[in-house]
Amino acid sequence: MRPLGTMQRYALAALSLPVWLFLYGSLDAAARFVVYGLLRLEGAGRFAEALFFFVYEVPKVLMLLTLVVFAVGIVRTYFSPERTRAALEGKPLFVGNVMAAALGIVTPFCSCSAIPLFLGFVEAGIPLGVTFSFLIAAPMINEVAVVLLLGLFGWETALLYVSMGLVIAISSGWFIGRLRMERYVEEWVYAVRTTHAAAEEAVPSFSERLDRSRESVKEVVGKVWPYIVLGIAIGAGVHGYVPENFMAGIMGKDVWWSVPLSVLIGVPMYSNAAGIIPVVQALLGKGAALGTALAFMMSVIGLSLPEMIILKKVLKTRLIALFAGVVAAGIVIVGYIFNAVY
Amino acid sequence: MNIKVLGSGCANCKTLERRTLEALDALQLTAEVEKVTEYADIASYGVMRTPGLVLDGRVVVQGHVPTVEKIKELILSPRNGS
Repeated sequence: MRPLGTMQRYALAALSLPVWLFLYGSLDAAARFVVYGLLRLEGAGRFAEALFFFVYEVPKVLMLLTLVVFAVGIVRTYFSPERTRAALEGKPLFVGNVMAAALGIVTPFCSCSAIPLFLGFVEAGIPLGVTFSFLIAAPMINEVAVVLLLGLFGWETALLYVSMGLVIAISSGWFIGRLRMERYVEEWVYAVRTTHAAAEEAVPSFSERLDRSRESVKEVVGKVWPYIVLGIAIGAGVHGYVPENFMAGIMGKDVWWSVPLSVLIGVPMYSNAAGIIPVVQALLGKGAALGTALAFMMSVIGLSLPEMIILKKVLKTRLIALFAGVVAAGIVIVGYIFNAVY
Repeated sequence: MNIKVLGSGCANCKTLERRTLEALDALQLTAEVEKVTEYADIASYGVMRTPGLVLDGRVVVQGHVPTVEKIKELILSPRNGS
């Protein structure tokens, strides 16, 4: 295949947006046509409703995901852990926590890079509490979670999730910083020194940024689509077949222990946002309270056992336990506040 | 030429290693591709995002997997003195 010229590629990128909008706008009609036209299912049947939900939501969420991951991918090429680190150097505790949490959203991050990033931050003398704010925000507020919340819950809930995630990352990091836990970092961490010439990479051209963004779409969408399909399938089943108010007794507003229990169940559960959010959305329709649902999602997405096992390489058990405990407590408080307000 | 792939064994690190080998094959060059998996060693290159590609001691890529074409360019780049 002959590689396209730069101008042709820009034209292609510009053209794909209206096509995307047109397809996105036609999804409802297309899903109706498939379920009620082609398959001739009765409009009010349970199965038809569940199937419609599935046929409509799966392409919708996948399309949103593709667009958002692509846009975020371009934005992220302008950020790097090196720049973030430089921005955080010498910042006082609270300001540092706020900046670290915000930068945690936009800086490219994957859990496999958590340790090199941690080592780099420590070497630059960035306070532990500030580093934690970054490490809490980065996985919790990710584009997959935001897209699913946007697509299935609406923008208000997505915004709520992001702001609460920021509040938890800032306050937990600040709190851990105040406790002076430096001695609970493994000793070898402090001995790490950059001995080779600092990494230097040519500034990418815009077309390279597009390339990298396309790679990240392939990677992210390629990884999460089975979870989205499965999550929405389960969600569709719940929508169609679980009785109204079924969840009220377990995850409802008036059950005081539901928030801490959801978090306790959520922390060891390891699922990505793609699998868990559609299911939680369906439960919300069956009497689960929003605060409880948010708390459950945050604990599943933001705190995970594999991540803690990775962190064990650089942190002593006490600090990991404190980190998990502080974040879990923050999530529980947020859950209660939401149940009280809504 | 001395080539190192930095990474603790994640999927991207394996892809980078594979593409680097492909690039060498395509250029009909022989060079040893060494894997650096210890975190302290990775950090000694100042790399905070894996995977990383090091050519003759210089970090040329970090945090993403370039295409085989791009890796070929990097290997042939005069700055790397191959």
